[in-house]
Amino acid sequence: MKRAIPAIALIACTASAQITFDRIVNANKEPQNWITYSGTPLGQRHSLLTQITPANVKNLELQWIFQAQSLEKFEATPLVVDGVLYTVQAPNDVVAMDAATGRVFWVYNYAPSPDARTCCGRVNRGLAILGDTLFMGTIDGHLVAVDAKSGHPIWNTTVAKGEAGYSLMHAPLVVKDKVLVGTAGGEFGIRGFIAAYDARTGKEAWKFYTIPGPGEPGHETWAGDSWQHGGASVWVTGSYDEKLNLTYWGIGNPGPDWNSDVREGTNLYSDCVVALDADTGKLKWYFQFSPHDDFDYDSVQVPVLADMEWKARDGKTGMRRVMLWANRNGFYYVLDRVTGEFLQGKPFAKVTWTTGLDDSGHPVRVADAKPSREGTLVFPGVQGATNWFSPSYSPHTGLFYINTWENYSSVFNKLPAEYVEGRRYTAGTPRSPVPSLRGTQVINRTEDEGYGAVRAFDPKTGVRKWEFKMTDVTSAGVLTTASDLLFTGGREGYFWALDARTGNELWRANLGGDIASGPMTYTVNGRQYIAVAGGNSLFTFALRQ
Amino acid sequence: MRPLLLLHFIAAAAFAQHSFTPVDIADGGRLYRANCTICHNAKGDGIAGIDLFHNKFRRAKDDDDIVAIIRSGIPGTAMPPNNFNDFQALTIVGYLRSMAAATATTTSGGDPARGKAIYDGKGGCASCHRIRGAGSRSGPDLSDVGNLRLDGEIEKSITDPDAEVLGQNRHFRAVTKEGATITGTLLNEDKYAVQILDSSDRLVSLKRASLRDAAIIEKSPMPSYKDKLTQAELADLVAYLVSQKGVEQKGVELR
Repeated sequence: MKRAIPAIALIACTASAQITFDRIVNANKEPQNWITYSGTPLGQRHSLLTQITPANVKNLELQWIFQAQSLEKFEATPLVVDGVLYTVQAPNDVVAMDAATGRVFWVYNYAPSPDARTCCGRVNRGLAILGDTLFMGTIDGHLVAVDAKSGHPIWNTTVAKGEAGYSLMHAPLVVKDKVLVGTAGGEFGIRGFIAAYDARTGKEAWKFYTIPGPGEPGHETWAGDSWQHGGASVWVTGSYDEKLNLTYWGIGNPGPDWNSDVREGTNLYSDCVVALDADTGKLKWYFQFSPHDDFDYDSVQVPVLADMEWKARDGKTGMRRVMLWANRNGFYYVLDRVTGEFLQGKPFAKVTWTTGLDDSGHPVRVADAKPSREGTLVFPGVQGATNWFSPSYSPHTGLFYINTWENYSSVFNKLPAEYVEGRRYTAGTPRSPVPSLRGTQVINRTEDEGYGAVRAFDPKTGVRKWEFKMTDVTSAGVLTTASDLLFTGGREGYFWALDARTGNELWRANLGGDIASGPMTYTVNGRQYIAVAGGNSLFTFALRQ
Repeated sequence: MRPLLLLHFIAAAAFAQHSFTPVDIADGGRLYRANCTICHNAKGDGIAGIDLFHNKFRRAKDDDDIVAIIRSGIPGTAMPPNNFNDFQALTIVGYLRSMAAATATTTSGGDPARGKAIYDGKGGCASCHRIRGAGSRSGPDLSDVGNLRLDGEIEKSITDPDAEVLGQNRHFRAVTKEGATITGTLLNEDKYAVQILDSSDRLVSLKRASLRDAAIIEKSPMPSYKDKLTQAELADLVAYLVSQKGVEQKGVELR
């Protein structure tokens, strides 16, 4: 009888409720679950769970491992809904398992078209859920709805042509009754867009092109026909502010990446954050971080939404709805998310392409810092001072956490650009001492050639509070918890727990492979778990019992 | 499928051949040596009818075709798909394109047997290097140097050892808090430790916390043999080293 009780509790739990949109916007009311890519639609990757603390984190131990049947990078952040964990085995297999034990309930195998084209791996970053339905974007440009209980597909919508270079990498974002996705593929000369689909039918509800077409405002920022293949992809999940009914998305670089001669102009809305009306997809405002980008400095970050006391330029202080953004271009920004007004910006790593930002937040370019035939050395390098991996904001510590590539450069060269459908349209081969993707398991370079670090910043001043240095760089996201723990990892294969206030190391485990995913946390039957993908596996930890 | 194939041909006609920086070529060379030599060998002519370093291919018409083959493989043949992205594959092409020129040496026609005598005798090479289990481990093992490096590169390493020290051959010097000095080949490192093959042939992980001082030795410990060997001796030694093809890989059928 004793054993039956928890089992019944679990059954009662999983049978319970569907994920309504109300539950999604109030995700912090059920911190035992993790029901969106970043934990909540605010994009903070911060959990209110406090069972694991700085005092007891040293007692974390491995609970279970899920070994993916894939040698691609494991970039997905799982979802956990009432004791069931959902994740994606690259490229596009959805897996449902018992979140406490790792036992698999079902696997939905999706076979992408062999014509799918991806720039940087046949990978997927996660799922969205609404009701009893999971949503996954695929590397061949489809959006698929899958029954969360049976693993059977419900609908499959073609978002864009995979053979033309369109792909979907990121976890979709559910807003009300719609599923929002943006297209990747900027290295293949796509014209990017964000679109919303009816969650029940898969029918398109609205579409926002990230490059304005003829007659639309901003179209004039692209010379000639360059707008048709200007890229401006979406690589990571957007955020949502319920009160404003705005959804925010980071937009990727203009193409061709390294030869900007063919696309004179500022190239809107590449390298921007756009604020869209969630019901219509209409543009409310935009802010461009890197106008006329020559370096592939995508705004490829999750927009982090926070409310904080802010001292305005007129000296008045008041609560402000802000957006925190550490950009691939090496600058940390604070924007007003109601209006898009630039509030603050400072470099957070070594930067040589600009002398700094003007009063409106626009970079002042260094004239000869641009790709050349023979190659030009520029900091940060092509992967940026940070990249797609999630930052974290802790309302508890009031600090913003960024995984940074420091001392990192590339030699940017420029090649002729010619568009052919389905082929790479990048017009350069930037080289760097640091491999863009995980190279060998051996590090053969020095700190002067680039290293990784977690850095904590006061979001109001941009002043760095602490740094935790790594030897290798990192493609891991950052998770913070309300007990002031920070979890992250790196290419060395370590998964760390740090004190979020001081950066002191409290615990680590060697997972034996590149950690290129965002950690998350959840609770099953009162026990808190921490999960992170490393190498080709998903690892789960909890306190020793 | 048919329209796609057509596109490839149009692209082949429209694309100019790429130009490559020295960094591209070096990167491509590393990828080539690590991934391609088992079948294509270090001279690019390991497969009948293909001579990669002399622009002789069976199917590829241009750089982009080679990239496509490197990435996707050739179904029904031993050429597998590879997990490179486009620009990694392109660096391999850059390496292949550069090799026709790079195989040039100042010496030629050396005799491997005489070269072995120089290796064992006058050169004293075995005091630092090792071939098939004989010699020292303090320098790079040369058992398969003929697969990994070309004539010109080997010659350059003998006459000007500082010109290029590969990352995996860097030497490392550490002083412990107790004052003991440890040197060796740096194999790997992380936040907490460095992994070396020390001068006593031990594989050791040194905890950073236990070290007072630790640094990479930038220059090669090897002396130049530029003025120690005659041109003929140099040619013989290069010929001997080029003949070092490593231990035969059983069970791998090369076709």
